[in-house]
Amino acid sequence: MNLVEFALLVGAGSLGAGFLGSLTGLGGGVVLVPLLALGFGVDMRYAIGASLISVIATSSGAAAAYVKEGYTNLRVGMFLEIATTLGALGGAFLAARVPTSWIAVIFGLVLIHSAYLSSRTPGTETDGGVSDVWARRLRLDGSYPTPAGPETYHVQAVPVGFGLMFMAGALSGLLGIGSGAIKVLAMDRAMHLPFKVSTTTSNFMIGVTAGASAGVYLNRGYIDPGLAMPVMLGVLVGSLAGARVLVGARTRLLRIIFSLVILLLGIEMIYNGLTGRL
Amino acid sequence: MPRSAWTDRQVDEIIGNLLRSGVILAAAVVLLGGGLYLAQHGSTVPDYRVFRGEPADLRGVPGIVQDARALDGRGLIQLGLLLLLATPIARVAFSVLAFALQRDRTYVAVTLIVLAVLLYSLGSAGR
Repeated sequence: MNLVEFALLVGAGSLGAGFLGSLTGLGGGVVLVPLLALGFGVDMRYAIGASLISVIATSSGAAAAYVKEGYTNLRVGMFLEIATTLGALGGAFLAARVPTSWIAVIFGLVLIHSAYLSSRTPGTETDGGVSDVWARRLRLDGSYPTPAGPETYHVQAVPVGFGLMFMAGALSGLLGIGSGAIKVLAMDRAMHLPFKVSTTTSNFMIGVTAGASAGVYLNRGYIDPGLAMPVMLGVLVGSLAGARVLVGARTRLLRIIFSLVILLLGIEMIYNGLTGRL
Repeated sequence: MPRSAWTDRQVDEIIGNLLRSGVILAAAVVLLGGGLYLAQHGSTVPDYRVFRGEPADLRGVPGIVQDARALDGRGLIQLGLLLLLATPIARVAFSVLAFALQRDRTYVAVTLIVLAVLLYSLGSAGR
């Protein structure tokens, strides 16, 4: 396989990962690393570097649209980015000290967890009309557009959300993923933000979170242009196309299938990690 | 609170445009570099099985800029990736400015912390 063929195949795979990731809301990063490592035999470090780059591209590309629609809570995003960026920096430093076989096992566990999360229905918790003392101090409460006009919401459990965000950042830096699932979990379940606000704010934060570890990755030589090029372009085009189809598409069955794929990839990553093949 | 400069809505609008143009520009440079790279080295066989790490010039900003100016395909791709990396940083830097104009001291501090972490990370690739 020469470079042109390799770039076309990796680009097509990344396009599919980005398309399914955005269509199902599970993100393309989680399947990219297994695709590159298990499918193309790419070393985990190169795979993680390329994946991280694609995460920044999709986050910025998608956030551009959502921010304008007024769903994203910029204050919540900015405040929680303190936790995610510090976590990401820690995760990136850790990545160099942990053997790749361990990273593969941790990756597998995160994949299985994502598959489990996606099998549950999104939280529809309504808040009790009171906000956390931190939410008031930081003016985190906001409103979002609904068919019946803007609806306000109150933010709760800020310290819990902040802690979960640090963990999300650390996993992002260690594994080269966006860890959107944990970010949504923190905002939707712990902080009681409306689901649509949680997902768009999470997407908004992913780019900055990944940006905090990308510099470290670059400096360490994890980011290979020949690999990052097809991955970034493929995922970007795929995820933008997925976001277009998303409106009105019936994604339930697709979500279930994609979750099963993620589950199987998780098991395979753990197996390969434990047997020292990755 | 005085909101003399920009409303939150306008800030959203500007940030949205900033992110979009950053990604488009980065993707265009990566595409250009990718085309050149494949034209220059298309028939070689890639090997990513063993991690060697990138050569020193592709690990830091000065080396990447130098390679890109020499129209080296790999250098140009890496420059596009740097532009992509600069997009969230520019977004945070702009937020610092927007909150400052809104006289929102708490959020100027919040965004400055995030900016410092991002610049520290990029700084490790600055040499």
